[in-house]
This record gives sequence, structure tokens and C-alpha cells, in this order.
Amino acid sequence: MALKIVKGSIDRMFDKNLQDLVRGIRNHKEDEAKYISTCIDEIKQELKQDNIAVKANAVCKLTYLQMLGYDVSWAAFNIVEVMSSSKFTYKRIGYLAASQCFHEGTDVIMLTTNQIRKDLSSPNQYDTGVALTGLSCFVTPDLARDLANDIMTLMSHTKPYIRKKAVLIMYKVFLKYPESLRPAFPRLKEKLEDPDPGVQSAAVNVICELARRNPKNYLSLAPLFFKLMTSSTNNWVLIKIIKLFGALTPLEPRLGKKLIEPLTNLIHSTSAMSLLYECVNTVIAVLISLSSGMPNHSASIQLCVQKLRILIEDSDQNLKYLGLLAMSKILKTHPKSVQSHKDLILQCLDDKDESIRLRALDLLYGMVSKKNLMEIVKKLMLHVDKAEGTTYRDELLTKIIDICSQSNYQYITNFEWYISILVELTRLEGTRHGHLIASQMLDVAIRVKAIRGFAVAQMATLLDNAHLLTGNTQRNGICEVLYAAAWICGEFSEHLEDPMQTLEAMLRPKVATLPGHIQAVYVQNAAKLFATVLRKHEGDTDSQAAQETSQLLIDRLPLFVQSANLEVQERASCILQLVKYIQKLQQKNVEVAEEVTALFAGELNPVAPKAQKKVPIPDGLDLDSWINEPPSESESEDEKPKAVFAKEEPKHSRRHTEVDEKELARRREARKQEQANNPFYIKASPSSQKVYDAPGVEHIPVVQIDLSVPLKVPGMPMSDQYLKLEEERRQKEKAERKKKEKKKKREKRGKERKADSGPESEEDITPAHQVDIVTEEMPENALPSDDDDKDPNDPHKALDIDLDKPLADSEKLPVRTHRPEVLKSPAEDRDSESIPQETKKKSGKEKKEKKKDKEKDRKRSKEDKKKKKKHKEVEEELPESQPEEAIQSEETKEVAAPPTSTSAEASDLDFWLSSAPVPPAAQDVTAPSSAAAVDMSSAAAPESEPEEPKDAEPEDMKSSKHKKKKQKKEKEEKEKKKKKRHHHHHHHSDAGGEDSVQNGTVEDEEPLPPMSNYSLLAENSYIKMMKEDADQVYDIQGNHQDESKVVVSVIFENKSDSFLKSMEFNVLDSLNSKLQRPEGAGPHDGLTVPFQLPPGVSNEARFVFSVQSIVMPQKLKGTLTFIVKSDESSTHEKLDFKLHFTCTSYLITTPCYSDAYAKLLESGDLKGSSLRLEGINMPFHHLLARICFHHHFSVVERIDSCASMYSRSIQGHHVCLLVKTSDQTVSIDAKCDEPSLLGNVLDEIKQTFSKC
Amino acid sequence: MIKAILIFNNHGKARLSKFYEHYTEDTEQQIIRETFHLVSKRDENVCNFLEGGLLIGGSDNKLIYRHYATLYFVFCVDSSESELGILDLIQVFVETLDKCFENVCELDLIFHMDKVHNILAEMVMGGMVLETNMSEIITQVEAQNKMEKSEAGIAGAPARAVSAVKNMNLPEMPKNINIGDISIKVPNLPSFK
Repeated sequence: MALKIVKGSIDRMFDKNLQDLVRGIRNHKEDEAKYISTCIDEIKQELKQDNIAVKANAVCKLTYLQMLGYDVSWAAFNIVEVMSSSKFTYKRIGYLAASQCFHEGTDVIMLTTNQIRKDLSSPNQYDTGVALTGLSCFVTPDLARDLANDIMTLMSHTKPYIRKKAVLIMYKVFLKYPESLRPAFPRLKEKLEDPDPGVQSAAVNVICELARRNPKNYLSLAPLFFKLMTSSTNNWVLIKIIKLFGALTPLEPRLGKKLIEPLTNLIHSTSAMSLLYECVNTVIAVLISLSSGMPNHSASIQLCVQKLRILIEDSDQNLKYLGLLAMSKILKTHPKSVQSHKDLILQCLDDKDESIRLRALDLLYGMVSKKNLMEIVKKLMLHVDKAEGTTYRDELLTKIIDICSQSNYQYITNFEWYISILVELTRLEGTRHGHLIASQMLDVAIRVKAIRGFAVAQMATLLDNAHLLTGNTQRNGICEVLYAAAWICGEFSEHLEDPMQTLEAMLRPKVATLPGHIQAVYVQNAAKLFATVLRKHEGDTDSQAAQETSQLLIDRLPLFVQSANLEVQERASCILQLVKYIQKLQQKNVEVAEEVTALFAGELNPVAPKAQKKVPIPDGLDLDSWINEPPSESESEDEKPKAVFAKEEPKHSRRHTEVDEKELARRREARKQEQANNPFYIKASPSSQKVYDAPGVEHIPVVQIDLSVPLKVPGMPMSDQYLKLEEERRQKEKAERKKKEKKKKREKRGKERKADSGPESEEDITPAHQVDIVTEEMPENALPSDDDDKDPNDPHKALDIDLDKPLADSEKLPVRTHRPEVLKSPAEDRDSESIPQETKKKSGKEKKEKKKDKEKDRKRSKEDKKKKKKHKEVEEELPESQPEEAIQSEETKEVAAPPTSTSAEASDLDFWLSSAPVPPAAQDVTAPSSAAAVDMSSAAAPESEPEEPKDAEPEDMKSSKHKKKKQKKEKEEKEKKKKKRHHHHHHHSDAGGEDSVQNGTVEDEEPLPPMSNYSLLAENSYIKMMKEDADQVYDIQGNHQDESKVVVSVIFENKSDSFLKSMEFNVLDSLNSKLQRPEGAGPHDGLTVPFQLPPGVSNEARFVFSVQSIVMPQKLKGTLTFIVKSDESSTHEKLDFKLHFTCTSYLITTPCYSDAYAKLLESGDLKGSSLRLEGINMPFHHLLARICFHHHFSVVERIDSCASMYSRSIQGHHVCLLVKTSDQTVSIDAKCDEPSLLGNVLDEIKQTFSKC
Repeated sequence: MIKAILIFNNHGKARLSKFYEHYTEDTEQQIIRETFHLVSKRDENVCNFLEGGLLIGGSDNKLIYRHYATLYFVFCVDSSESELGILDLIQVFVETLDKCFENVCELDLIFHMDKVHNILAEMVMGGMVLETNMSEIITQVEAQNKMEKSEAGIAGAPARAVSAVKNMNLPEMPKNINIGDISIKVPNLPSFK
């Protein structure tokens, strides 16, 4: 046996392996194709052998040939054979080949299902891995359906290697088999919190990919992602999440508000450019979604723009590119902030890198103004001349036109200039955008009446030189402009100086080589010109010229009559006959000009392309109602002979339509009348420019045109002259204006003038021609269209699935579901969906009674479900009642119709969102040194955000660490009574019409005063140390059960004029808290601060502390030593400080669902304590925000003036608060599983508010 | 999503092509040619992003590439990927190749396309980034290679010997791709490791 194997392998070694194949191909450079075809023959022989090793080798070679572009699908079955080998080596080769060449059309793929299933459940993790990898490339709907369940099981595999692959492949499965999404989603969601970072990252990856296409279905995951965002340190994950938030914010502006702060923090703190860039991007998305500006937004925009400027200025071209890319997003909503960086962007136009130039071009669009348009376009024209490669040149061309035509030619002051730019652009060879230039020419000529004379002259030259345009190549797109030129010359032929010449140019034989649609226009407009010529010569005694013209047409038109293009042929023969007839009349000396001109009389108004679509439906017109009586169903169901109706009905309906038509005609008439009387109809001009309504008053140039009618040099660049002229004109105007002003001052009664005095502003630049830009016609009240139709072929459309709906039995795959049961009753759902006020309209009295009922209910056990249901909304007001409610709604679930837990989850989200912006950063230490305590109010300096003095906490006032934590039952009772009273009171006020504060009504409340994370740590004349809230407080559970880490960020600001260097940060460790030093360092060594500080500069460093016990606040003494280096000398200085770790600094803001919260309270593991604060004079949401901000709580639920809050310590202690307020008194009932921690936290809360 | 990963040399010869969407062989070759055409005419010190691959994907897609000595590594991605992140991924990929092949050069890729595919499979799966941690990737790749070796056992020995003999007459291998000096330009993403 062994001998056989060895023999087989000896045979084998004379087969070509992959390396031999590659080498052979390299040695046969001349006849590669031939060599490969012999190789393929060999491979075919090898595939016929029984030895699997030989087959695998052959398949491996095929994979290589596939890369070279050879079709290897004929070997698909052999690939399947190799895939099913029991040896990993061959299996891998097989799967690789399959992943490279299998696709949905491969028929043998259905043979693989069982093999793949077997491999998926293989005990060898690499068999499974290879199968998953292969499957990810060739999964088909059938495979997805058959294997979805197996893969789902693998998502909970013990090995992270398999888990992460299984999670990732689920995305492919969802795409092919959308039905699997809902059953699998709970488990996927669970994987977001997998202990293995790779699996977590894979889950984030998949959900982000899903959410990108259908973001609204994933809004409910926002809190979870928010948590991940604030806790994860993996940049890949962070980038994905931040990108995801960028997609979610447009749907939920409140989310944006919540995000701004943590994102800004990240922007400040991260050193990874990729992360910084994505943060900026998402902040931009947030700012775009928050259309109505909150006051402090300008700061965020400024921050973004600043950071982007840094990117753009970077020497790294990649950063430059991305900076520009992000800048263009800001441009859309905040053009002003971008405009200030015009210099930078113009600079980028000269970059050698085309990608960067293109991005800069995008930005230019928003940069132009009346003042600089000409200048910018001139620059672009230079680029057009220099540009190599048509793609970039075409891009430039479209950009020039975009820039000039934007917002209805808002920035163009001189249309002659624009026309000449367009004419210059026609000299571009091989551009694809001829039609674009043509449509611009048409648009301008039609809508700017004053320019027609000039335009026609230019177009005539163009037509004259048409051979230049069409000369070179047939595929030349530029000849499209001739379409426009011919039309303009024909339509506005009255402006032509020498129509005869133009007519001659239009009838040249060469025209026949132009595309058909252009020829058609030529022919038609030749007729118009003919009419003009006739009219011109009308008065002449000698009709020679007119007759010559007719003869010309008769001579030339037959060429077009023979055209292959129907349109051309038809028009030409029509016009030819007409001219022949006219010629006859001319010979009889009949005056025909009048009649011929009448053929083309009347003006064409520009009509907006979408006008028809946008005609609004008038009031009272129901498009769905029958115009004629529909054949009544009863009649048709009655089995009467049809003939009767068939005869009757047409008659019937015709009568109706006749009436209708008459009626309509009448109405149309009336409407026309009305419109005629309405001066605002049809021609509205965009700016305050005068509207010319009646014909005849037109084209009166208000400003007499400069001396500067340019010389018309055909084909020569002229636009530059305009630039100069324009400047001169502006100068002149300015001078004139000044003069007039002086005059005005002297006379003290100026004439009426348009322009105001003062510095020259945008508006002051008067256009060279008073032009009347006729807007395109639109129906009255046209509605903005929303044509956001999605691509119907998008595979992601099938994944637009509501994930929050509970699984129906039919959908459930036999797997454990992990969907969090959201415990809200249907009744409550209705409330949270409808306007909350509505539910509160019941009279206070009623509520009071209910309240009492509820108390009773509580004591009674749950017997009377119905009654309870009625009282649910009241119960909801008290978090304590949550457990009951939970149970109850579970019960009702079975009875009632399927509970709409969607809205329940949505309302969870609402709660999360409506809670005041919680900074994710945990506030660690607020410890100003005693020396600096005086400086408290000015301490917050470095952050640009304004802040209130009281935000900085003078910690040394926190003297009392140990407070009594006596829990008197009486006190509690008092509390309860008060609570009752308070509620009572509140309901009354509700009844009085006051809005209750519930889900997501935060917008109505007044904005929170800004709070800062920074507090002064220590300061002397050289340096100021600001401690910022650590942005990560993380615990390392698992390894060191009782050791936790806290990160402290310190900003060092150099206040002196000298250079600070060699800074060392040292802290005297206590038993409990230790500064983390690098390995090998002694316990008393200081940490070197990793930067130096030039004068006036600040920078930030982070220090990690490990903490044993967190139940007590800690104080650490520390010293900062540094060298002050000035020009002459350098001195050693030091600065002492005290780091104060409060207990709240060990708390992490952790979102908590109300049901989990209820369960927690119900568990009875928590010990209680309470606190009363008197004289608190701030709105309740400010109070909550303060607690959230300073003490790292999150609001679980808030009803009226009562809120439940939650936080978790880094060692996993739960802290729950119930905060109630009435009449300047705030009572806080607190529960925690660690009483001394709780006591300290409450003390700290008290101190926070004692300073208010 | 990553739509495709291409490696070709300075002359446009494909060294690896991995498409995460199905195309016919002809289209694939066209895409490689087009991409090479786009990428090769760019200077060394311009940005590594490129729009306008017409054949692959729509306007949403970008080409992100790096050029190492004789080889271009091109990733075609859509807008859900971070540009700088992908650049970094390419770097990780190349560094991983360097570790696995010990001073990787173009010839390694030419003769061991299957191995390159196997390494890539540990990083990117079905167009989605699977792993970015280089040591984890290498661990998995090596564990699989070990399995392969143990499977080959005695039977594999003669084949290996022959293969070694065959390799002796290889043309002098060009020196390594020279990864050393590029790492400077990599944006700093410290926690990717």
C-alpha cells in the first residue's frame, strides 16, 4: 500500500505542477497561447486520472490559468471533486478554484450543498474556515437557503476564528436569501458584544453594511453602537460605527445632537488620521441633518473646517484629497465657512495630481461670486488649454458651465463674456460635451434678450467657420454646437448683419455630412433666414437680391431632399416646394415677404423641462374620481344582455365629454385671462431686476454699454478682453459712484440711485448689461418634485426588513432567539406613538383617583388585568412600577393583538435620545490644587466652548468624605408622600394644558447651558495643567478581577514665553491607586511627557492609573518637573498638584433599557439611600443633564418631573437613581449594591449642586 | 465592501486577481487592463485614490492602490470603506506577505499565487475585512501550512525534493519588494495592530 502511494507520488513528480506551468509560460513568451493550449490538454488528461492528488494539482493550475483570462468552467465538476477530498490540502485547492470561477450560473454548484454542510460541521476548524471562505464567494440563493441554519449555528461556535467568519458570511447569506435576516438578526446583534474583538468587528462590519442600505431599520441599535463607540479602542470598529452614524443621523436629528460631543472629543484626541477624517465626516453629516442651527454649531463647523484645512495643507497627497472631499460636503450646507479658504482651494487647482484637481474643481462651484467669477473661469480656461487627456478636460468644461450657470446665472455680470467663453470652448477637440455647450448657448440666447444681437453675430461666425469644428473627426461631439448656432441664427435672424451670407453658409454641401438632427435644424432655419432676407429686400425696387436668394435655396435644397434622414428629407422637400411657389410669385412681382415671415412669427418662451409634470392639481379636482359614471357593478353583475349597455354607454359618455370639453375650454379661457392680468405670471425675473411684460419695451440697455464692443475676431480668444474691460468698467463705475456720492452729499438730495454708498459689496457690482433673465416657465404653485426613486434592481432592497417586529412562527428557524423582549403594552405604545399630550388631557382628579387605585393594585396581587391595563400609563410614571408593568404586559401580550414592540423599541430609543446630551467621557478627577482654587472661574479657558463658572468644581470644598448614610423609614415615607403630592400637583398643571415632558420632547425645552470637561489641575507662571475628563475609563475584568484602570488626560499649556521641555509627570502612589509606569521603571520614577511645548502651545497627554478599590474617593499627590528654556538660560522648575479621584469618576455612562432597569430594582440585591437638595433653581432637564454630565449617569426614563437614572461602575456595581423635583426641592432615591460607593456618589452629587 | 483586489506588475501582468462579484473572464481581463492603464500613468507622489474605473461598479466605487517596487496592489472599494483604512490594510497585506515569504518579491507572487490567495483569505472574506491584525493572520496561515505539511507526510517528500531541484535553475531572483521605505507615508493607525 505504502509502496503504491510512493509510486503514485513518483509518477506525480513528473507532472507539471503550478511552478512548472508558470515557468513554462515565462519561457514561451513568443507562443504563449500555443503553449498554454498544450498545457490545458495535459490538464485535461490529468483530470481524467483517479488520483486525487493529480486532480488537485491540475485544478491548481487551472486556477492560475483562470487568472490569465482562460475560461475554466468546463472543469467545474472536477473542482467539486477536489473540494470533497478529505485532505485539507486538496480541499483548500478545490475551494480556491471554486471561489475564483463559480457563480450563480454554474450548474454543478447544487451538488456542493451537502459537501459544504459536511465541511461546515467538520471537527477541524480549518476545514470549516476554508468552506466558509469559499462559500462567501459563490453563495447562491439556493445555497443560502439550505445552509443558513448551519451557518447560524456556527455564529456561536466555540472558536472565535469560526465565529468571525460565520458572522461575516451572514451578510452574503442575507443578500441572497433575505428571509434569513430576521431570524438571524438577534444572534448577530448579540455578536456585537462578543468577547473576541475580531468577532465583534465582524458583526459591526455586517450590521454597518446592512444599515448603510436601509438605515431606518437599524435606528434602534443606535444606543448599542453609541456604547461601542465610546468604549471601543479598535479603530476599524470605530471607523465603521462612525460611518454608520453618518448614515443614521439624517433620519434622527436628535441622534446627531447626542453625537456631536463625543465626536468632537474624538477629533481632539485621536492621532489616527483615518479616524479623525471619519469623525469630521460624520460631524458634517450631523450638521447637515440639523438644519436649524443650534447656537454652538458654528463652533463645530469651524472645528471641522480647521481640521480639514490641516489635512489639505498636509504634504501627504492622500490627506489632501480626503480633505477636499470632505470640504465639498460642508460646501453644500455651509458655503460661507468654506469660502474663507478659497486661496487654499485655488492653490489645489494647480496641483500636479489630477484626483486633487478634480476635487478642487468640485469645491470651486461654491467659491464663485460676481466679483471673482471671471477671474476663476479665466484660470480654468488656462487649465483647459494645458490639460492633457480628455477626461480631465471634459471635467473642466462641465465645471466651467456649471459654475457659470449655477443658480440661474446669478454670478454672471457680463453675458457677452459668457457667450465668448462658450464660443472659445467650442474649439476643444474631441470633447463629449458639445450638447452641453449647445444647450447653454440656446438657453442664454433665449432667456437673455439683451444679448441676442451679440449672440447671433457670434453664432453666424461659428456657422461660417463650421468646417473648423467638423473638420477633424467624425465622432466629434462638438458639432452639436452647430445645432444651437443654426437655431439661434434662424430664430433671431432680425439681428443678423448679413443674413444672406449666413444663409449661404448654412446651405453648403458639406452640411450634408453633419448628423441628421442638425441638418434638420439647418434646413428649417434656412427657411427662417430666407424669410428675413425677403423682408429686408421688400422695399427694394430691384427684386434681384430676393430672387437670387430663392434661387440659392432651390439650387441647394435638393441635396437635403435626398437625405437618408427622414426628418431632413421631409422638411427639405416641404420647404423646397414652398420656395418654388414663392419664386413663382416673385416673378409676378407679388409681395410675399409679409406672408413668408408670418410662417415663423411669434416668440418661443422657455419652458422648464419639468413644467408639465409639476402642474399642481387644482382644488376640487380628484383624479381618481370617475369622469363618467362607471358601469355600476350591480348592473354588470345583473345578467342583462350586454348589448343594451354597449349601445347606450358610448353615447352617454360622449355627451359627458362634450360638456367637459366645453367647460374646460371655458375655464382655460378664464385662466388665460387671469394670467394675462397677473403681472407675476410667466416672466418672473430672479433678482430684483425689472420684469418686462409687454413686448416692445424690451432690450433697452439701462447702462449704456462701454466703449468696448469687442472686435469680433473669429476663433480668437476674446474672453480675456472682457476681464480687463470688466475691471475697467467697475473702476469707472466706482469712481462715478463716488463722484455722485460727493455730489449727493453736497446737494443733500441725490437722485434716486440703486446702489447704496459704502464699500463695494457683491450687490454693488452692476451687470454690464441690464439683462432680463427670463426664467423658465413653470406652472403656478409648482411643487418641488421628489424623484428619489431607488434602483429597483438593487439587491439591498430585499433587505429592507423591519427587524424589530417579533418573529412570526412561520419565520422562526429552530434556533434560540435573543431578541430582547421589550416590555411595553400596546396601550402604552399607542400613547408613545401619538402625541403624548393627548393622553394627559384627562383631568387631574381622575388621575389622582387612578393613582390611588394603582397603589391599591400594587398591594393586591395581579388579579385584575383589565383594570391594570387601564392604569398603565400612570404606572409608567413611576419606575418602581416597572416590574409589575413588565409582567403585566407580558401577560397582555398573549391576549391582545401582536404587540407593536417596534414602537416600544422606538420609544426606548426615544428615551435614550431625549435624555440630555450625555458626554461619554467619564469625568475622572476634578482636583484643582489649593493654590489654584482662586482661579476657579477662569480655569476653563482652553476649550473654546463658553462655560459657566460653576462648572468647575472646587474640590477642596468637598471636605466631608464620610456622610451619614442612615436610611430612615420615616424619611422614605415622607418621600413617598411628597411624591404623591408632587404628582398630584403636576397632573393639575398638565390638565392646564402644559406639555408633559416625555419621549423626545427635549427639543421644546430650552437649550442646556454648555458644560465643560476641563478643570484646572495646577498652574504657575510657566505652565498650566488642565485635567480633562478621561475619554476612556475601562476595566480589565477577567484577568485582574479586582483591578481597574482609569485614564486621565491632562492638557499642558505653556503660559510663558520660553520653551518647555523634558517634562516629567510623577505621582506618589498610594496603596490603592497607582500610576501605570512602563515595565522596568521603579515605583517612584516619573513618566516623561511625550512632547515639548513651544510658547503659547498646549498639548495633551494621558496617564493610566490602576485602582484597587473604587468605593472611596482618592487623592494622589503629584509633581510635574520640567526645564524652562529661554534664549539665554534654562532652569529647572516644578509644579505640585493633587489628583482627586472622586467616586463618580469610577462610574461609566452606560445606557440601560427600562426593562432591564426594572429587573435590576426588582432583584432586591441593591441597598438604598437617599438625598435631598433644597433650593435648586434650575429646570429639571438641566438638573438631569448635570447629573449625567458630572456623574456619568444616563437617563433610563423620564416622566414629568421624575426620572430614573442608571450608571455602572468600572467594577460592575449598578447605581440606580430616582430623581424627583418639586418647588426647588430635589429628592434623590438611590440604590446600589455597594453602600459606601453609593454614599460617596451621593455626597458628590450634593456638592455639585451646592455650588449652583 | 471591497469589490476586487488586483495585483499586477509595472507592465500590467496580473499576479493576483480576486473579484468579489462575478464577471466573465473577458471582463475581468478588461478590468485589469483598464485599472492598470489608470494606475500606471500616475506619478509616484500623487494621492493613492482614484475615481472613474468604468467597468467595475458605479460612481460609488474608488480605486485605492499602492505601488511597491515592481508591483501595484489595487483595491476597488465602495463608499462604505474608509480610504485611509484600506491603505493601511494594503500595508498590512504586504507586510504579511513579507513575513510569510521572508522578503517577498515579485517572483514569490508569480510562483505561489495559491499561497497569496490563502493569505488574502485570512484578511478579506467575501469582500469584507475579516482580520487586520497581522500576527493573527500569520498564526492562522502558518497553522494551515503546518496541517498541509503533516498531510503530505512521506508521500510528499519526493515531490518536494524534485520541486527543490527544479527551483535551482530559476533565474536569479530579483531582490525584495522593498517595503522598508514606504511605511513612512502610512497614516498613523496605532491601534490596528
